[in-house]
Amino acid sequence: MANNTFGSKRLVVGAHYGFRDWLAQRVTGALMALFTLVLLAQLLMPGQIGYDKWAGIFAAQWMKVLTFTVIISLAYHAWVGMRDIWMDYVKPVGLRLLAHLFTIVWLVGCAGWAVQVLWRL
Amino acid sequence: MAEATTKQRPGTMRLTDALQYRLPPAGVVSILHRISGAILFFLLPLTIWLFDTSVTSEFSFERFRAAFVSGIGFVPGWFIKLLVLGILWSYFTHFIAGVRHLWMDVTHSVSKEQGRISAHITLGLSLVLTLLSGLKLFGVY
Repeated sequence: MANNTFGSKRLVVGAHYGFRDWLAQRVTGALMALFTLVLLAQLLMPGQIGYDKWAGIFAAQWMKVLTFTVIISLAYHAWVGMRDIWMDYVKPVGLRLLAHLFTIVWLVGCAGWAVQVLWRL
Repeated sequence: MAEATTKQRPGTMRLTDALQYRLPPAGVVSILHRISGAILFFLLPLTIWLFDTSVTSEFSFERFRAAFVSGIGFVPGWFIKLLVLGILWSYFTHFIAGVRHLWMDVTHSVSKEQGRISAHITLGLSLVLTLLSGLKLFGVY
């Protein structure tokens, strides 16, 4: 390992930052779990579930901030998860790079769209 | 020397070998955690579309409700229902399996028996929640 950090034989695959991502995966996961419970609690409040109630939940500023945090958390969480999947099953470096690139574009695009929907309410 | 080389070595386990074994429930949850995460990743645009149409205006909310009946574009309604059930099942499975992970990390309470029981709870509860939320979303009750 130590001899593979430079030159043509150096390791070009892998994440190299295990603990940080392990922790990030749990922190972002816990945040999304909290969001899920907060959303469910508001949905299960008495009253008909229709447009007014649904849109009203996301109209509150604190809910917007929480949802925004969850969107960013989700993008990072999904990046770590999908990268792990690609690293386990896609061995050719070029193909893996392409998969990583696609994942980043996909997630950044989705996060942008979600934030736009959220903040024009 | 000759004996050592002629002796049959098991070699690397391939997928076909792995499929010979019956996965314990905890193993099933482990692979489903990964599969459900991948499903959520690929269906992310549909999830955001549902969020967009359901929350933007009362007009778009009707379009959201109609998607389960008349579909979106050339995609029929029953297929949208199937995809949304896929999202719901994946979400609940991923959520419960994730909380199970956090719980094991925090309490360090890990045993074969607990792993087996919590795996069964994960599999069962996610199916029940999928059914309940799906039927509610499709207006059955």
